[in-house]
Amino acid sequence: MQDTSEQFAIRVRDLVVAFRRHVVIDHLALDVRRGEILGLVGASGGGKSVLMRTIIGLIPRQGGEIEVMGAPINHDRATRSAAGRWGILFQQGALFSSLTVRQNIQFPLRENLVLSDALMDEIATAKLEMVGLKAEDGDKFPSELSGGMTKRVALARALALDPAIVFLDEPTSGLDPIAAGDFDALIKTLQKTLGLTVFMVTHDLASLNTVCDRVAALADGKIVAIGPMRELLQSEHPWVRAYFHGKRSQMLQPKAS
Amino acid sequence: MATAPLLTATPSGDTLELRPGGSWTAANAATLERLSGDIAPQLDSAGIVKVDMAGVRELDTLGAWLLEKMSRRATSAGHRADIVGIADNYSGLIDEIRQVNRRTPAPVPVRNPIVTKLGEIGRGTIGASEDITAFLQMLGSLCIAILGVLRRPRSLRLTSLTYQLYRVGWQAIPIIVLITFLIGAIIAQQGIFHFRKFGADSYVVDMVGILVLRELGVLIVAIMVAGRSGSAYTAELGSMKMREEIDALSTMGLDPIEVLMLPRILALICALPILSFIGSMAALYGGGLVAWFYGGMGPAIFIARLHEAVSVTHFEVGIIKAPFMALVIGIVACSEGLRVKGSAESLGKQTTTSVVKSIFLVIVLDGQFAVFFASIGM
Repeated sequence: MQDTSEQFAIRVRDLVVAFRRHVVIDHLALDVRRGEILGLVGASGGGKSVLMRTIIGLIPRQGGEIEVMGAPINHDRATRSAAGRWGILFQQGALFSSLTVRQNIQFPLRENLVLSDALMDEIATAKLEMVGLKAEDGDKFPSELSGGMTKRVALARALALDPAIVFLDEPTSGLDPIAAGDFDALIKTLQKTLGLTVFMVTHDLASLNTVCDRVAALADGKIVAIGPMRELLQSEHPWVRAYFHGKRSQMLQPKAS
Repeated sequence: MATAPLLTATPSGDTLELRPGGSWTAANAATLERLSGDIAPQLDSAGIVKVDMAGVRELDTLGAWLLEKMSRRATSAGHRADIVGIADNYSGLIDEIRQVNRRTPAPVPVRNPIVTKLGEIGRGTIGASEDITAFLQMLGSLCIAILGVLRRPRSLRLTSLTYQLYRVGWQAIPIIVLITFLIGAIIAQQGIFHFRKFGADSYVVDMVGILVLRELGVLIVAIMVAGRSGSAYTAELGSMKMREEIDALSTMGLDPIEVLMLPRILALICALPILSFIGSMAALYGGGLVAWFYGGMGPAIFIARLHEAVSVTHFEVGIIKAPFMALVIGIVACSEGLRVKGSAESLGKQTTTSVVKSIFLVIVLDGQFAVFFASIGM
């Protein structure tokens, strides 16, 4: 038991999530190793975000077990207090619009820790610079930020408490290829420096190829294939084949062969 | 795994050796800040500062930054600072933290408070004149749209007009009736209570009749409609603007004023006089009931007195104002809706502005009508 909880950051067993009679996640099992970047792919509306939101306790589940960093996750208050162990980057950033960038990053610090204001400012600036922004950007409001900057600030906020795991919901969606590439590189760098486990929901084939250590494919409410990118490209599952061997994925082929 | 953080400082000759230990993580933030604060004065005096990291069990950004801050303080005092014994898995983090907070951002220039205040007043004035321009612009484009409809009557969107009329007229009746009924009852009760001292209870009927028909009926209804339908218009048009629906309409060669605003404003202009009439009747009814049960004045006497006290002129004065108030509410609501920017906050802000502005303008308009009617002797 000690070994497995040391080895895995997230363990999901037999998970069932349904909305009324519509079963979205059907007896799903998934292990995320510590210190890896796992990419989750799946059809639009196929339950990727549902899976992520269930793991972090936002959506109640019908059955199964979830363990994050060795602690069971339930849809209750105890889980909410454990929120310091993970950071979440929502698709649209979900920055608090009435607070400045700096206040947004300080929000989790202020709520969870007892720190002097000066140190809090220094930490916020440090986080800003770690995600590649300038100290001056700290005084801006979320409405003044570009899409790429919003994602960076949201990442800085997700990392405010130095969590062991970060969940990223489509981190590169809505970014141009250059900004998306930069963001991928940033995730990789931060993952190395901070020793993060990253759980990333994405459709971006390029980031799957460059950043992810392993890729999990979600189809029909189950994980149908999991492994490094080249293993997934060999997969025989029809949906996985369609996903990775479709027209838009042709650019991946030369690397795979 | 988590252990309490430690920081021991052993001065040996010129060298100050710091031995941090335990968990230097955010969980122990308060302790860490105290520890590093306590040690700080010693850093200025020591010649060489040596930080031995071997004892650190856990390290995160916060801990790394505090250690970095200590070494920076020593360096800035002109001494040497060495960090040794860094575990491999933390070397990346330490290197990263060395890069941050190096550059102090340019200080924000302090502005003269008087100049700032004057600037605000100036901006407010310009904003107010812009408001007037926007109002006149909307009025103008509305007139053009009406002319267009008069030339081609088929271009009037009857379905939309009917639907809006149903929403702002028919659906508003229950709440309007309830509110005006209560207002009429309250006025009658207050009147009877105070007039009784002079033995003038029967004049309550005059007061209720004239007040309700001339002023209160239409004013209360206009304020209710501004809050209920004006805000709905702003929110609807604003969210359409946010989702680029209005841009889509204009690219299809349609005039948003004609398609969206004209039916809405026409519906308001039709609905408000009807609602004012219904509201006035409800207020008189409420006043009559109170006069009967509270003042002991039977319905027959009440109606007879009312007949003497009010004339059709009073009713006309009230009802003539209604369409103009509707026009003001509609124009303000629509032009505020079109001023919504991309964000949800601006939608909320503009909706609030729309309601506040239209209620203000309705009351100003009412005042001007009072002056006008007084001068023509109505």
